[in-house]
Amino acid sequence: MLEIKNASIGYKGGVLAVQDISFTVNKGEVVSLIGSNGAGKSTVLRAISGLLRLRTGEILLNGEALHAVPPYDIVRRGIALVPEGRQLFGRLSAIDNLLMGAYAIDSKQRTQETLETVLALFPRLAERKGQRAETLSGGEQQQLAIGRGLMSQPKLLMLDEPSLGIMPKLVSEIFETIQKVSKKGLTVLLVEQNVFEALHISDRAYVLQTGRIVLEGRGEELLKSDLVRQAYLGM
Amino acid sequence: MSEQLLAQLINGLLIGCMYSLIAVGLTMIWGVMNIVNFAHADFLMIGMFTSFWLYTLYGVDPLLSIPVCGVLLFLLGWIIYKFVVSKVMTGPALAQVVVTFGVSIFIANAAVFLWSPDFRMIEKPLLQGSWIMGPVRLSIPKAVASIGSIAITLALFLFLRKTKTGKAILAVEMNRSSALLMGINTERVNALSFAIGSSLVGIAGAFLSMYYYIYPQVGGTFGLLSFCIVALGGFGSIEGAFIAGILIGIVQTLGGYYFDPAYKYAIVFALYLVTVWIRPQGLMGW
Repeated sequence: MLEIKNASIGYKGGVLAVQDISFTVNKGEVVSLIGSNGAGKSTVLRAISGLLRLRTGEILLNGEALHAVPPYDIVRRGIALVPEGRQLFGRLSAIDNLLMGAYAIDSKQRTQETLETVLALFPRLAERKGQRAETLSGGEQQQLAIGRGLMSQPKLLMLDEPSLGIMPKLVSEIFETIQKVSKKGLTVLLVEQNVFEALHISDRAYVLQTGRIVLEGRGEELLKSDLVRQAYLGM
Repeated sequence: MSEQLLAQLINGLLIGCMYSLIAVGLTMIWGVMNIVNFAHADFLMIGMFTSFWLYTLYGVDPLLSIPVCGVLLFLLGWIIYKFVVSKVMTGPALAQVVVTFGVSIFIANAAVFLWSPDFRMIEKPLLQGSWIMGPVRLSIPKAVASIGSIAITLALFLFLRKTKTGKAILAVEMNRSSALLMGINTERVNALSFAIGSSLVGIAGAFLSMYYYIYPQVGGTFGLLSFCIVALGGFGSIEGAFIAGILIGIVQTLGGYYFDPAYKYAIVFALYLVTVWIRPQGLMGW
């Protein structure tokens, strides 16, 4: 479904954050990019979303080039990003945040249907829908960010550090939700520092170190590998 | 309350509503793209002159010029954004400051060149005279202009809160890259916000032309006051600019009444300095 081919990505005037990486995400899979802080994981997601441009290489979605599409049209191709740190519209209500998620969808009826599905997935948000996003708790904000991503009815949902800054008790709830939506057929690309949880729910994963992929494999395999156990699980 | 005081208070409220309408457009442009449009008050002058020439050449009453000014300045705002401001949006901060300043100087001087620096007035507008209500004389054109200003500010407010496009503007203001992720064309939102802000000040110009002197440098005082109002209300806050505009109008008239008309602006700017000293983000800022 999604193919990254020999991509190098760098910030304006800076060194390359990601060098010559290639990976694929197949339809229906949950794929994780794991690695420590600064390994370039978020950079990859930002490039797929069009917020950053590739220096070299290609991003293909079902064989079509994605790296030249303007950032505001990426969501119309069926890709949604739940950004790191949630990046909500703080002074808009929870419900307005969700509706902004469906900005690219023209049909009011479809928006309404998706809204009901999302609120059923996150009952807490239904209770707080009139509240300003910035007044919600960290866990609720993350639910809202994921809900906003789902509102565009994506084929591929990308999540950047969904467990960051959230009470440990709620972290497993977030991962359960991700599993739930993937079981419904949504393809998921996940970036996580919480390697253990991420690998548990992943079909496949790639390990990034300083901008390069150093290891790839099935989630369960990587959990057993020496590199992952020593570097990320502290075992 | 003495009758004089009441009359001054009403006068302040009336001019304050005009200040609000002018400042609301300016604060919106700042909120969306972090650009101070120094040419904002020159757009006001263009609105006033448009109304003046439509009256002088074609006998069109300023009341009918209101929609014309709204549309004309909307287009002008769009063009200035597309061909001037957007070029420096990703450039150095100083370029962003200087570019609208250049536009301002160009427009003001072009107006002097075309129409001479003379003061003019629309001599017989449809709306003139006063309502006498007990001790208070209420100028009809001022009252209509002020009520119109409130109505238009309210309309902008509803547009931003209730429509999909309006919410998209607010979304860009709050988080530009998230807005991109939602599929919002942020460049178009920039242009639209610049155009709407300009359109509002154009309408304010048409209102003012019913009772105010019209001359190329009229932007000077209004410009300075509107920057002060935007900062006082809180950069980017439309509610803040609305309240601060009315506040400044009242303080200015009462200050002029109690002390000396010569000091009225000194009092306004003193209020501004004290407010930002205590609350740097402004009354409704964040």
